[in-house]
Amino acid sequence: MITALTPDEARSALLEAICAIAPETEPGSVLPDRPLREQLDLDSFDFLNVIIRLHERLGIDVPERDYGELGTLKSAVDYLVRRTAAAR
Amino acid sequence: MYEFRMPALGADMEAGTLVEWKVKSGDPVRRGQVVAVVETQKGAIDVEIWQSGVVERLVVAPGMRVPVGEVLALLRTEGGEAPAGVAAVPASPAEAQRAATAPPAAPPSASAPAERVLRISPSARKRARELGLDLATVRPPTPDAPISLADVERAHAAASVRAAETPVQAADWRGQMRAAIAAAMSRSKREIPHYYLATDIDVTRLDAWLTAENLKRSVAERLLPVVPLMKAVALALHTVPELNGVWTGGAFQPSSQVHLGMAVAMRGGGLVAPAIHDADRKSLDELMANLRDLVTRVRGGRLRSSEMADPTVTLTSLGDLGVDQVVGVIYPPQSAIIGLGTVSERPWVEHGALVVRKVVTATLSADHRVSDGHRGALFLTELRTLIQEPEKLG
Repeated sequence: MITALTPDEARSALLEAICAIAPETEPGSVLPDRPLREQLDLDSFDFLNVIIRLHERLGIDVPERDYGELGTLKSAVDYLVRRTAAAR
Repeated sequence: MYEFRMPALGADMEAGTLVEWKVKSGDPVRRGQVVAVVETQKGAIDVEIWQSGVVERLVVAPGMRVPVGEVLALLRTEGGEAPAGVAAVPASPAEAQRAATAPPAAPPSASAPAERVLRISPSARKRARELGLDLATVRPPTPDAPISLADVERAHAAASVRAAETPVQAADWRGQMRAAIAAAMSRSKREIPHYYLATDIDVTRLDAWLTAENLKRSVAERLLPVVPLMKAVALALHTVPELNGVWTGGAFQPSSQVHLGMAVAMRGGGLVAPAIHDADRKSLDELMANLRDLVTRVRGGRLRSSEMADPTVTLTSLGDLGVDQVVGVIYPPQSAIIGLGTVSERPWVEHGALVVRKVVTATLSADHRVSDGHRGALFLTELRTLIQEPEKLG
């Protein structure tokens, strides 16, 4: 069951997933427009783990072709809001 | 009686600190069981035992720094008998230190080598002279075995460790890891005459196959692009066995198994290259599961001694950061390292026409004492061939 997320909820769900994978991340210091992977030193493995975690927490299965939409914090929040709204 | 000794968890390791025993005296153990935790320059490692039996005596107490090759515990094996007068676990580190440095549990019988005649290999004698080491202080692995070059090196390392006697502090662990990498890579560049080859491989078919494959899978079952490449590398090594094995005692020993060392970066710097065992015989799903487990434990948990000690070749993949190619430094005592760069769309000429293809640059750094460029080229050619038929890699 997927519940629709507000941008704030999507942001905190995403940051929670990122912090679980990259524990040294300061959630407040993540820049919204810079690529997450280079900003936070996430490799493809970390990135996949973030996506797996989002799937566990939110029930959203992000297909590979959408990985690009999770490039920055801002685009990822937009994507999650859109996906959860569509699933309602 | 089986002597469980401090394993060498990588070529650069001289000693480790016993952090914790996972077993106690009298416990039955089976082959492959994790029996101890040892702190090394590369972090805490779960150490497995390769002999089944019953723990007779724990020789070394937690907190002690122990040179590679020293006895950590004695194991009663099936059919073996307990020696008379078995000592209890040492009460203090000082006692344990004495116990650990004493000759290992010589059976109190006529077989004790009281007046052992030293049999010494010429290379061991030469090296001992270079090091100024007294050969009478060198113990071979079994009392009647000749003293080998490796025994001399081990005794020398043990002596220098005893001289230094510095416990590993968790706080300077990063510095320790830096030092371990420095030692291994310096030794590599000093001792191994590298040669280097590179080739561009069209991975368009592999990429399409993987995309289709992953579409069928739930998010947790998806394969990373490196996984089929790992399998292809492991299989291609069958063609050129000189690239898979270890250089030891002045000669190359090929390995019949492919234990693929995966270079994994640690967050914030540093790197380890633990092995995925029998990578050539595993399915892609098994390789992905193994890789996931390995990376997770590198980042947060603990590696096992066998993973650290026995890779036969290393694969380094720096594709995530957009580098075109990585030319690796061989991790001694291995004889080759394969590097993979980023998969990117590039102009490509095919049958006289210019097309756009997904391409990866694969490199090989190999030990010229063991193989030549022609053989290395055969390996890269085989790798390219295997990658063109991804469905057969499963």
